[in-house]
Amino acid sequence: MSITRDEVAHLARLARIALPDAELDHLAPQLDQIITAVAQVQEVAAEGIPPTSHATGLTNVFRDDVPVPCLGTDAALDQAPAVEQQRFRVPRILGEE
Amino acid sequence: MELTRMTAAELSAALAAREVSATEVTRAHLDRIAAVDDRVHAFLHVAANSALAAAADVDARRAEGEPLGPLAGVPVAVKDLFATVGMPTTCGSRILEGWHPPYESTITRRLRQAGAVIVGKTNMDEFAMGSSTENSAFGPSRNPWDLDKIPGGSSGGSSAAVAAFEAPLAIGTDTGGSIRQPASVCGIVGTKPTYGGSSRYGVVAFASSLDTPGPFGRTVLDAALLHEAMSGYDPCDSTSIDAPVPQVVAAAREADVGGMRIGVVTELSGEGYQPGVLARFAEAVEMLESLGAKVTEVSCPHFRYALPAYYLIAPSECSSNLARFDAMRYGLRVGDDGTRDAEEVMALTREAGFGAEVKRRIILGTYALSSGYYDAYYGKAQQVRTLIIRDFDAAFGQVDVLVSPATPTTAFGIGERADDPMAMYLADLCTIPSDLAGNAAISVPCGLAAEDGLPVGLQVMAPALADDRLYRVAAAAEAAFTDRWGGPLLARAKGL
Amino acid sequence: MTTLETLVPFAEAMERYEPVIGLETHVELGTRTKMFCGCITTFGAEPNSQVCPVCLGLPGSLPVINRNAIEYTIRIGLALNCTIASWCRFARKNYFYPDMPKNFQISQYDEPLCIEGWLDVPVGDQVVRVGIERVHLEEDTGKSLHVGGATGRIHGAEYSLVDYNRAGIPLVEIVTKPVAGTGAEAPEVARAYVTELRDLVRSLGVSDVRMEEGSLRCDVNTSLSSRGSGVWGTRTETKNVNSLRSVERAVRFEIQRQAAVLDAGGRIIQETRHFHEESATTTPGRSKEEAQDYRYFPEPDLVPLAPAHEWVEEIRAALPEPPSARRARLQAEWELSDLDMAALANAGALDLVADTVAAGASPADARKWWLGELARRANEADTELASLAITPAQVARVAALVAAGTLNDRLAREVIDAVLSGDGDPDQVVAARDLAVVSDEGALAAAVDAAIAANPDVAARVREGKTAAVGPLVGAVMKATGGKADAARVRQLLLERLS
Repeated sequence: MSITRDEVAHLARLARIALPDAELDHLAPQLDQIITAVAQVQEVAAEGIPPTSHATGLTNVFRDDVPVPCLGTDAALDQAPAVEQQRFRVPRILGEE
Repeated sequence: MELTRMTAAELSAALAAREVSATEVTRAHLDRIAAVDDRVHAFLHVAANSALAAAADVDARRAEGEPLGPLAGVPVAVKDLFATVGMPTTCGSRILEGWHPPYESTITRRLRQAGAVIVGKTNMDEFAMGSSTENSAFGPSRNPWDLDKIPGGSSGGSSAAVAAFEAPLAIGTDTGGSIRQPASVCGIVGTKPTYGGSSRYGVVAFASSLDTPGPFGRTVLDAALLHEAMSGYDPCDSTSIDAPVPQVVAAAREADVGGMRIGVVTELSGEGYQPGVLARFAEAVEMLESLGAKVTEVSCPHFRYALPAYYLIAPSECSSNLARFDAMRYGLRVGDDGTRDAEEVMALTREAGFGAEVKRRIILGTYALSSGYYDAYYGKAQQVRTLIIRDFDAAFGQVDVLVSPATPTTAFGIGERADDPMAMYLADLCTIPSDLAGNAAISVPCGLAAEDGLPVGLQVMAPALADDRLYRVAAAAEAAFTDRWGGPLLARAKGL
Repeated sequence: MTTLETLVPFAEAMERYEPVIGLETHVELGTRTKMFCGCITTFGAEPNSQVCPVCLGLPGSLPVINRNAIEYTIRIGLALNCTIASWCRFARKNYFYPDMPKNFQISQYDEPLCIEGWLDVPVGDQVVRVGIERVHLEEDTGKSLHVGGATGRIHGAEYSLVDYNRAGIPLVEIVTKPVAGTGAEAPEVARAYVTELRDLVRSLGVSDVRMEEGSLRCDVNTSLSSRGSGVWGTRTETKNVNSLRSVERAVRFEIQRQAAVLDAGGRIIQETRHFHEESATTTPGRSKEEAQDYRYFPEPDLVPLAPAHEWVEEIRAALPEPPSARRARLQAEWELSDLDMAALANAGALDLVADTVAAGASPADARKWWLGELARRANEADTELASLAITPAQVARVAALVAAGTLNDRLAREVIDAVLSGDGDPDQVVAARDLAVVSDEGALAAAVDAAIAANPDVAARVREGKTAAVGPLVGAVMKATGGKADAARVRQLLLERLS
């Protein structure tokens, strides 16, 4: 087995997805199957092969430090689930900043 | 001829010659959508008012004698992954249901400026994850060839819209094959441009290093016209290539493969490939040879690791890209009854708002990036990516383009693979290598499979920035095939 | 709710333990626009008025690197004697928090832009070389207001309000290597490092570096090792250290607290602690079940950074004189001892004196006024020298008036008082109050004669040769002239008359 049900539950918590048990029962074996399959990459002999994170080969792409008009407060807050004092209102946050 | 049966090139000519108005063209397509989309379900949103307004604007400008581009007045359908002002952008997901972006994607902005008429937003697999549109939160789209079959994915809505004559052109995105595979199973043309050749600004990210916006059309020339209009450098996208757009329209018109060296990829064949698909593909290769191309077999030994590498890299990037959907700033918010804290509301929202495939990939990606697993999974996949790029480089040292089937099978049935992720992933077998390498690839129809009478697509692959080669080969094949078939393939679609 | 921690008296703790400190400092760069978008960065704007799709992390948005932010970071790295990477990338640091619009922060992980430097820090009359591990760039988060709790802090809040104006502002993170061997000076060294770093960064013109405004933020790491054991202890990280004084007090408190835990046979928990200004104590942060796994991977939306060698050398050539070199140069120019120089620095008078000298005063005069009369006035008002309502130019003018004989010391002090009270420039005050020294020899002579006539006994004693007795006569003349005579000249005249 590549991944246990408990590990899947843990990952779901890390990813902030509240998976109910029934769904966990369904997804966990599927994920196990997928992870076993993708682990195939480990078969490839890759000593000294550099990883590719960017395919284009571009480097040093910059913009000038010149202002561009902002969205505007109305547009920024327009789709917010809750707004108060021109800010995004969010449920209470636990823990230190 | 009915306006909806005309190609974009034909419409463009007729509009320029003022034989028809943009308003008439738009009305005709809106009527067609109204007539068939309850069955095809290509569209999530039909933008009738803004489309007619845009068409009227084109007509007015043309009446003033203003010189207009080739796409002015031509209807285009847009995958619901592109941010469009004045229209919703759902990405096929409940978590963005009703979201109206306050800004516009570069590509749709450029198309609007060129006078193209956006008729609506098309259905897709949720957040571009899937090969059938069955992962859409709003129901699947259906293949106009057979309404019980999938139209492919993730850009299935765009592909179905074009195949159903609801729009002559559509845009989609290709990350693992999401333009080419739908084009293949719907019997139309679809291109994945060189990565970085078309702007990702305003395209909701699935896998950032792989996502490539691209065109659909019923003909190679149509796809080329759209390809040119939508491509080009964008300073708002750091991965955008600052180079001239390859001359794809000219190449499509030339359509000459004489002397071109074509390589058949050994590894993209064999077990898991439908015999009818392989048969049509073999004929296509013969056809190209008869047109003067030199055909050889080329081995790309690491291609067989492309699928597992992709299903590590893409989920990893998406697990991070989709973290922003947390109920705090926009989109769905579930469970905020005053007793719960932010983390609980985030988790409940994401549970309710994301479908199964998205959750699978987020969890998979979280796993692959975890400390302790990174090197063996994500890190290793990035190394495989290098090896695949090297396979391509070696191959393109011997040939000008590579060919393969676009996808191993024809359109499968709706529901057939829906809860079998591994089976679903196999649809991307042929298309994934080009996404990993970032080079250009196209799917062009090459016939119907004998078993089921459903379309088969020929995939042509070219080096990065050599997109024109795709169109040269595809157009040559298309001309020869259309000749052999006695008319366009789509004329035989029986679904509608 | 803070629990009362047991503390070991500092000196006692130093007998048994050796502290090791480390500092992580965040500097908010003063670029005109944000790190990855063109929103302006002005402090104190209306909430959510300086945001765009990119810094709000809207779906589909993409970052583009601000070239100036890179240049400023390279400047900082070079000033800290770092090696600048020839190739590096940004990375995503993934975690969920409502003040982070994307729920990942674009930062740098194992490929920082600058590495392996040092900063020489003056501490008292010593110089401590603090190693710099790395300098890297990242984006700042938004700011939350916590509503409903007691003190506006997170604990007990009902909900929060988030403003993303600050999200996306470029932040440079500077991490020191662990600093060992400072012994009982550890708290001072920590404070001195932050002070010197602040002055250095300010001299580079890349940031305001104001701790009170949040453009300079500090986290302090402290650990204790048993004296002579050579084994380093577990360190704690203390956040919310918002002033130079707090840096010193946070280290001091942690040393005392950790000593108590270790003395009792306990184990230091590796944790993040929160510093409280009012009580100068630290309390544990939210306990985490496991260490955060940020799942770093290279940022796919940005291409690698490969600063050209020529560019880096251009930046290096344009670096301004660092504070340490400037101090050394001024000390030599002013011919001061180390002790005198240190006194200037400790009083916060260095720049003021330098500016006063630049305005024409002699170094001696400038020092005399700033470290003397003005320091006394600052003390009385319980304020900083730099906050006094008098400028170096004005001080230089007063010194010039004294040197010219227009004012004596007493009159000069009166002028300074008037300037501090807002009565205008020195010249205006002198004119308005008619404060110039009486230099009319005739008037002086008359006053001298009058004083001699009024005090015959004293005059007689001086005639007899007791020149020291002339004091009261000088006083009488000064009184008669309303203090506006040059005392030395008066004494001279008296002695001449009575010789």
